[in-house]
Amino acid sequence: MHRAVRLLIPVAVVFAASCGAPDETAQPSSAPIGGASGTELAAVQVLHRGNAAEPQTLDPHRAEGVPESNILRDLFEGLIDASPSGELIPGVAERWERSEDGRTYRFTLRADARWSNGDPVTAADFEFSMRRTVDPATLSRYASILFPIVNAEAIVNGDKSPETLGVTAVNERELEIRLNAPTPYLLGLLTHSTTYPVHAPTVTANEGRFARPGQLVSNGAYVLDEWVVQSHIRLRRNPNYWNNDKTTINEVWYYPLENQDAELKRYRAGELQIANNLPYNQLTWMRENIPNELRIAPYFGSYYFGLNLTRPPFAGNRELRAALAMAIDRQIITEKVTGAGEIAAYGWVPPIAGYAGQQPEWAQWSQAERDAEAERLYAQAGYGEEAPLTVELLYNTSENHKRVAAAIASMWKQTLGVNTRLVNKEWKVFLDTRAAKETEVFRAGWIGDYADAYSFAQLKHSTNVQNDSGYKSDRYDALLDAAAAEPNPALRADLMQQAEAQLLEDLPIIPVYFYVSRHLVKPWVTGWENNVMDQHRTRHLAILKH
Amino acid sequence: MLRFTLSRILGAIPTLLILISLSFLLIRVAPGGPFDSEKQLPPEIEANLRAAYNLDEPVVQQLGRYLWNLAQGDFGPSFQYRDFTVTELIAGSFPVSLRLGAMAMLLALSLGVLAGCVAALRQNRLADYSVMTAAMTGISVPNFVMAPLLVLVFAVWLGWLPAGGLGDGSVSHLILPVITLALPQIAYIARLTRASMIDVLRSPFIRTARAQGLTPLTVLIRHAMKPALLPVVSYLGPALAGIITGSVVVEQIFGVPGLGRFFVQGALNRDYTLVMGVVVFYGTLIVVLNLMVDLLYGWLDPRLRR
Repeated sequence: MHRAVRLLIPVAVVFAASCGAPDETAQPSSAPIGGASGTELAAVQVLHRGNAAEPQTLDPHRAEGVPESNILRDLFEGLIDASPSGELIPGVAERWERSEDGRTYRFTLRADARWSNGDPVTAADFEFSMRRTVDPATLSRYASILFPIVNAEAIVNGDKSPETLGVTAVNERELEIRLNAPTPYLLGLLTHSTTYPVHAPTVTANEGRFARPGQLVSNGAYVLDEWVVQSHIRLRRNPNYWNNDKTTINEVWYYPLENQDAELKRYRAGELQIANNLPYNQLTWMRENIPNELRIAPYFGSYYFGLNLTRPPFAGNRELRAALAMAIDRQIITEKVTGAGEIAAYGWVPPIAGYAGQQPEWAQWSQAERDAEAERLYAQAGYGEEAPLTVELLYNTSENHKRVAAAIASMWKQTLGVNTRLVNKEWKVFLDTRAAKETEVFRAGWIGDYADAYSFAQLKHSTNVQNDSGYKSDRYDALLDAAAAEPNPALRADLMQQAEAQLLEDLPIIPVYFYVSRHLVKPWVTGWENNVMDQHRTRHLAILKH
Repeated sequence: MLRFTLSRILGAIPTLLILISLSFLLIRVAPGGPFDSEKQLPPEIEANLRAAYNLDEPVVQQLGRYLWNLAQGDFGPSFQYRDFTVTELIAGSFPVSLRLGAMAMLLALSLGVLAGCVAALRQNRLADYSVMTAAMTGISVPNFVMAPLLVLVFAVWLGWLPAGGLGDGSVSHLILPVITLALPQIAYIARLTRASMIDVLRSPFIRTARAQGLTPLTVLIRHAMKPALLPVVSYLGPALAGIITGSVVVEQIFGVPGLGRFFVQGALNRDYTLVMGVVVFYGTLIVVLNLMVDLLYGWLDPRLRR
């Protein structure tokens, strides 16, 4: 018996030891949320948030993705900040002045801004930081977002030294930013992580490795407490933050959860109070069972199909492009295929304040009218029952993309008789194929970096690396260049609207829908407001008694 | 024995060199690169990045550089997790995988051998049939089906166990992953033990032992167990490989921050250095463990000791 017993004991001990561990996230009691007043706070202010993927880095100047940005917004504060509803509000800068030509901004920093180690946050910190972002040695992949600033592009390309950047600390509390052209979206840009200040002494001392627990000095509402790669990142409240009095949550945990089904299960098991992204196939269940926890809101993103204009069949064939664009019934896509509340899109720029999104005339027609016109254009392009179009539709492997692609292929087949070959490729292979323009029709999506139509408009400029259609319109380029140099916001918006109208006339892309953000938030998490940039800083949230 | 051990260790070096060189070339041949992302890089920035990671050199030169650094114990920086070196990532995640794998192996061995013995002793009776049916089910249900099922029942409905992650590191977080990982191995080991035990129990030396008046349990433990376990021991190598590959899936589903998860994420992100690091590490580990299994086999079977 000896051997068998010896083998069994450790297992038994291990399993027995684990059963006694109490679970801190127990089921809610029967008391009303928020106590009798409805606003009473829970004794424990610890928040657990799902956060899609493991951050690549917490160096704000080298970060690029959404998961990184979510955490960095808690750790750092830029010159400008955003309210829970997404409006721009003063951050480290308490006020600013714009020169008449719109090319120079002077920011005055608040006197009480502090780093987590107690040092004051100065204009020199911002000067150091923005120079660091554009310095080629930093290897920032997002440095091009600062190209509106004087000399930024030349510095990134290695033609000028970082000291020549148009960002100057005038004195300890005054910072001047000089721009190549009036850039009305500058304030929105200053909420982006590439402009966040970093603490110069610790960065210089630990170059490349400063974004670690115990080393990272930050100026936001939280500091980095623990980082277990692929498990979690824990932030702790920063008592030196100037607005610390208004912060309620003491500790926040971010979990990298790529699998949306797993995330939903952990949310249902009470391990997460905020689920970051939801599986489409469970939406019906969520609508029936936890409707008041479901937070779906318009998101500044566009889901579309690109057409490769550099080769047949789409090169020089506007009729064919228009026929394919019109033959898609977007109501069916958004209601039956995706079904989370996405908005059927006929234009390129998602709805955003200060800009009138454009639509082609046929957006107002019924689908039957569109189909009839599509048939006419299809025939005009030289196709028909005897000579149907055969086209390849490329998408990156994903259940949702597959369903949308299949629906569109069947609409094209039914209305026009087009034979669509669906091809899916793994993400990186897909990106390579698309960038090499070895495509015919390809899936694409874009989320704006800042809340301004230009974040979308610039993508289709003929010189933009992101222009995967190979679209080149002199009029579009000229309108966009004019908009970039226009200080008057109304005139600028008008120029961009004309550009979008031109784009929709030329149709290098087929818009399908505008994204929505999809989250689950426990009913006792308060302070959450939907906003189009989908930013939810932890310092605006609180946990009610439950 | 010493010569045998030494020659096996020396023989492992070319195996590892071939493994490293092949993986190194293969991952670079795979389409797509570490710097591809939805937001495409301006050419100057991409050129800076390629130079910083020496990707602008010829592949052979890169391989030489990699081997040279590796000889000094340097796995290089991760392409994806830019604040960490590959050595740090492996050092942080391997203990988690080791704990998970060791617990799964222990569970598989103890339960598998026990169930196999019970089935053998009660051959063709109810206990035998139920063990073998359970084993068949365990082998047939893939872990990516078993894992969500266990989570649904034990975490979502019953609320007894965490649904995933590592939390504060308590063992309760490991129970479901360990069970998922161990189930197919338990089943396999139970079937192996049963078959071999039935065989051994029929041999003349067992009949002699019984004739001496020993109880069936003493016969089983003292005389039948050691020879009956031989096939199980030779299965340890494949079982280990099974647990390592299984952990790749299980860690992903349960969100356990182990080495397997890095392997999957590394491959998807084209994180060349991270994938190479995990390949080298697991390659070495499997070579070493196979060597240990050989030595263990020699101890169990005196005929092989010479």
